[in-house]
Amino acid sequence: MEAFIIYITVFVLAIFVGFEVITKVPPTLHTPLMSGANAISGITVVGAIVAAGSKESTLAAILGCAAVIMATINVVGGFLVTNRMLLMFKKKK
Amino acid sequence: MGISLINIVYLVASVCFILGLKGLASPRTAPRGNLIGAFGMLLAVVATLLDQHIVTFQLIIIGLVVGGAIGTYLALTVEMTAMPQMVAAFNGFGGGASALVAATALLAPGDLSNVPPIQLYVATAASGIIGAATFTGSMVAWAKLQGVLRWQPKSDVLQKIINATLFLASLALGALVVMNPTGVWAYWLLVAVASVLGVMLTVPIGGADMPVVIALLNSYSGLAACATGFVLGNNVLIIAGSLVGASGLILTSIMCKAMNRSLTNVLFGTLGPTAETASADEVYGGKVKSASAEEAAMIFETARLVIIVPGYGMAVAQAQHSVRDLANLLHERGAEVRYAIHPVAGRMPGHMNVLLAEADVPYEQLFALEDINDSFPEADIALVIGANDVVNPSAREDTSSPIYGMPILDVDKAQTVMIIKRSLSPGFAGIPNPLFAAPNALMLYGDGKEMVRELTAAIREE
Repeated sequence: MEAFIIYITVFVLAIFVGFEVITKVPPTLHTPLMSGANAISGITVVGAIVAAGSKESTLAAILGCAAVIMATINVVGGFLVTNRMLLMFKKKK
Repeated sequence: MGISLINIVYLVASVCFILGLKGLASPRTAPRGNLIGAFGMLLAVVATLLDQHIVTFQLIIIGLVVGGAIGTYLALTVEMTAMPQMVAAFNGFGGGASALVAATALLAPGDLSNVPPIQLYVATAASGIIGAATFTGSMVAWAKLQGVLRWQPKSDVLQKIINATLFLASLALGALVVMNPTGVWAYWLLVAVASVLGVMLTVPIGGADMPVVIALLNSYSGLAACATGFVLGNNVLIIAGSLVGASGLILTSIMCKAMNRSLTNVLFGTLGPTAETASADEVYGGKVKSASAEEAAMIFETARLVIIVPGYGMAVAQAQHSVRDLANLLHERGAEVRYAIHPVAGRMPGHMNVLLAEADVPYEQLFALEDINDSFPEADIALVIGANDVVNPSAREDTSSPIYGMPILDVDKAQTVMIIKRSLSPGFAGIPNPLFAAPNALMLYGDGKEMVRELTAAIREE
């Protein structure tokens, strides 16, 4: 139970940090914000890696591998496309 | 690497994500912010690879290489107009991955997680429901935006009953997973029911409402990662997931406000002309004036401030580069050019800004609705290209209009309003636009790109 309280604490505080940080993003950058946030939500790759590398259950390892593929598409694609977009935003010459 | 050291690396990664998002506060610092976020992800992945539970690297390497290759290919080849469907697809992959990871925690609990059983199973059920619904919902959104899926059933009572039943069924199955965690079949049934729910919720939603749906799915993909964090007892997942969840929710609320609709109305309601809506003949009858490119060019002769209002029609006509050429010409001739961008001008939040940035329009010329509306009375010309409902004065004046109360760009307050449009056909709301019949309005009939080019040529000849 105590562990759970700690996780919930982290969760609630992170939500507040999220609101504070995201409300400062100007509308011009809302699309890169979405694709960048998307890449961050690929953090699930961390859990997928452990699952794909464990030997306890073959099915779990295979599902883990599928999860690694999906999450990596999300991470790599998300950060790359965000970078591509952000480099288009230029100042007046 | 010891557990506490891995957790410290995860903490550093979490800080990187926060700093990365913080960098997005300005276009100047944004590229660096994105790199910081990516660096945080790299740290987290490397630390995880050193986890002692990992005994074989084969499947991991396969997954990273295949996923990385697909992701790189998609990111480097996607057209900017297709960005909404790609973000939708990525949302789906994130949600799907989270649901799969939660499944593996049920199959091999000792390996992955050491959280109390009740937390493990409740979080697994939550991750399964949110993740699976996000996956299928995003795939439907992708198919609709890509134009592959045109089926759009009316949202009716029967559908609401079906959705409510599916939702309750997935909750009941979630309870079953918690009470009987060894029966993994209950989890798969839950995933199946939630998958159908994801499809049913997204299918009735129309193209104009897609910005809301993508933002909401964005939020769900974060919440799914967050739930998986509770499954694994992993703080970096909880923090990263919460950040994304918050981001998606904020964007959802901004989009809903921009359309003056509640989230429930977007998800379950319908928008369209009512019996009281004036017919096109009543609104337009003999009052609409049109002009040729040459006639319009003469008005540009003396213009000091020109505000361009791009809508999605401009992007469809691929006119953004021609528009930029026109703006450059006006600038050379001493006029000031600004772009007024309505929050729902594109197919996702901020989409229009990206399309214009791609056409080398400097970001200082892009203005949000609340920053530009006061400037219209000073403007000599408001040039509307491919936008309709977002410049409809009925939203301000006509209480019986279905779009009444929606924030609009006050183009009608400019000296002259020019509207480039193929015909007088209505926009997504399906209602006529009194702006077209206003005394200071001129219709320039034609394809967006063609007409902008003709106009540019005519101004150059002056």
